[in-house]
Amino acid sequence: MTNEQIAQDLVSKFGEDKIYGIVENYGLLNVTTSVDTIVPLLHYLYQHPTFKFQFLTDLGGIHFPDAVGQELGVIYHLHSLENNVRLIIKLYVPIESPVVPTITKLYAAADWMEREAFDFYGILFEGHPNLKRILNTDDMDYHPMRKEYPMEDATRQDKIDALFGR
Amino acid sequence: MSDVALVSSPNVGIAKPEESKKYVNELTTLNLGPTHPATHGIFQNILTMDGETIIDSEQTVGYIHRAFEKIAERRPLYQITTLTDRMNYCSSPINNMGWHMTVEKLLGIEVPKRAQYMRVIMMELARIADHIICNSILAVDTGAMTGFLYVMQWRENIYEIYEELCGARLTTNMGRFGGMERDFSAEAIRKIKHFLSEFPKALREFESMVKRNRIFMDRTIGVGGISGERALNYGFTGPNLRAAGIDYDVRAMNPYSSYEDFEFDVPVGTTGDTYDRFLVRGEEMWQSLRIIQQAMDNLPEGPYHADAPHYYLPPKQEVYRNMEALIYHFKIVMGEIDAPVGEVYHSVEGGNGELGFYLVSDGGRTPYRLKFRRPCYIYYQAFPEMIKGSTLSDAIITMSSMNVIAGELDT
Repeated sequence: MTNEQIAQDLVSKFGEDKIYGIVENYGLLNVTTSVDTIVPLLHYLYQHPTFKFQFLTDLGGIHFPDAVGQELGVIYHLHSLENNVRLIIKLYVPIESPVVPTITKLYAAADWMEREAFDFYGILFEGHPNLKRILNTDDMDYHPMRKEYPMEDATRQDKIDALFGR
Repeated sequence: MSDVALVSSPNVGIAKPEESKKYVNELTTLNLGPTHPATHGIFQNILTMDGETIIDSEQTVGYIHRAFEKIAERRPLYQITTLTDRMNYCSSPINNMGWHMTVEKLLGIEVPKRAQYMRVIMMELARIADHIICNSILAVDTGAMTGFLYVMQWRENIYEIYEELCGARLTTNMGRFGGMERDFSAEAIRKIKHFLSEFPKALREFESMVKRNRIFMDRTIGVGGISGERALNYGFTGPNLRAAGIDYDVRAMNPYSSYEDFEFDVPVGTTGDTYDRFLVRGEEMWQSLRIIQQAMDNLPEGPYHADAPHYYLPPKQEVYRNMEALIYHFKIVMGEIDAPVGEVYHSVEGGNGELGFYLVSDGGRTPYRLKFRRPCYIYYQAFPEMIKGSTLSDAIITMSSMNVIAGELDT
C-alpha cells in the first residue's frame, strides 16, 4: 500500500475534480478535496478494507488571506495504524461562509479539535454538538489566529523589516 | 468566566424538575476546579451529581492558554524551542527534541549518531521523570504519601543530569538544530551511571509498596476504564492507549533518532482502567532504563552536532575571533535566516503520547503555521465518558492516572 496507490484509488473513486493537489511532502501524502466530498471521503477511507484510516491524529485550521474565495483551510491528519501510513487531507472554504461539515460522528476525537479550529479561525462546523470557544474566553468577538491580527503592537517602531534589510 | 461556563451548556447546570425524577436525589452542580488541588493544574470540571454519583460533566479548559501557535508565527524557528518547553513541562526535553527533529526534517540536516544516542538518553530520562510524577501522584491521590517521597528524590537526580547538559532544570531548552549544545561531561556520565544503578532499587521499593497493595488495587481496578476501540476513536495515544490494549508506540512504529537500534518492549494493558495505566507507566520506566543502558553501553564516538552553520550556534570563543562565526552568531540569534518552503509533520512519543508538530513554512524567517498535536488535549475530551456513573473520588484518580498536564492542554 503506497502513496500512489492511495492517490489513484481516491481519484478513481471520487474523480479528479474532487481529489486534487496531490503532493508528497517528506513521504507524507497530501490531497485536497472539496467541502461536499469530505464526509463521504472520510467514511470511505475509514471503511476501506485495506486502507483503514481509522485514527484521526489531528485537525487544524489555516488562513491564507490572499487566496480569494479559499481563505480558510481545514487540515485533517489521518493515520492508518494497521498499515502505518499517514495521510493529510486539506479543504478550503471562503471566509464569508466558512461552513464545513463536522466529522464528530466518525471520530469522537474531532470534537475539541473542531472547537479549537472554530475558536481560532472561525470555521463553522455544521452539525457539531457543542460548537463554542474552547481555549479563549467566551466573550471574545474575533478569531485570533487569522492573519489580520498582528502578533505585536502595530505602533512599535523597532522591528520594522526594512530596517533590517528584509 | 465561570458564570458564563456554568450556563453555557444545556447538559449541565441546574437540573429541570422533570429530569430529576429519574434520579435518587436532587441533582447538584459541583465545580471541581479551576484551582482544586486534586486536578494538579488549572482546568475546571463542572460535574452534575446525583448524590455522590456523577451524572454528567463538562470541562472548561484554556485557563493558562498562552497562544503558542500565534506567538510561533512571529518567531524564528530557533526561538520556538522555548515555547515547546512549556507544553508538557514534566518532560520538556522530549518536546524540545521533537521540535528540533521536525526542523531538521524540513532543513534536511543529518544528525550524527552520537547526538542521536544522546537525545535518546535524555528523552528516556525525561520519560522516567514524567512517569514518576504521574504514578507517584496517583498513589498520593489514593492516600499513599510515602511512595511519592521515595521516588521524587530521583526526579531531582534526573534534573541534575539536565543541569549538567543544559544548565536548566524544568524548562530545559535542551539541544540545538543539528544535535546537542555540548557533549556529556564526565560528571554527566557519572550521574547517569549512578542513576542507572541506584534508581531501580527505589523504583522496586515503590512498586513493592503500591503495586500489590490491597487498598490501592481496590481503589484503581475497574475505575475509569475505556475500551481500546473507544480510546482509538477518541484519539488516545501513549500509555493511556496502550493500557487499553493497543500497542501503538511512535518509537516502535516510526522510529526516530535511532530508536531502531535499541531493544525494548511495548507494554500493554487489557481493560484501560486506572490500574492498567499505572502498570503500563511503571513498566515503561523499566523499558526506558533498558534503553538508556543500551545507549550508554554503545554510545558512539564522534561529533555531537551536525555541521549546519546556518542553524547551529558557533562556539562562543570563535565568535570573538572569527568573522564567519560572528556573522552566523548574529544571524542565528537575530533570526535572520530564512527557512525553506515546505510542509512537514513529525511526531515523537512524548510522555503522554504522540506529540506532533505540523510546520508550514512559506520561505520566511518564521513558520507560516505551526500546529502542535498535544496528546493531553485530545484524550482529555474522553474524560466525561470515562467518569460517567462513577463517584467523585474515582473521577479524581481517573484524572490523575490520565496525566493531564495543564501546560500541554492549553498550549
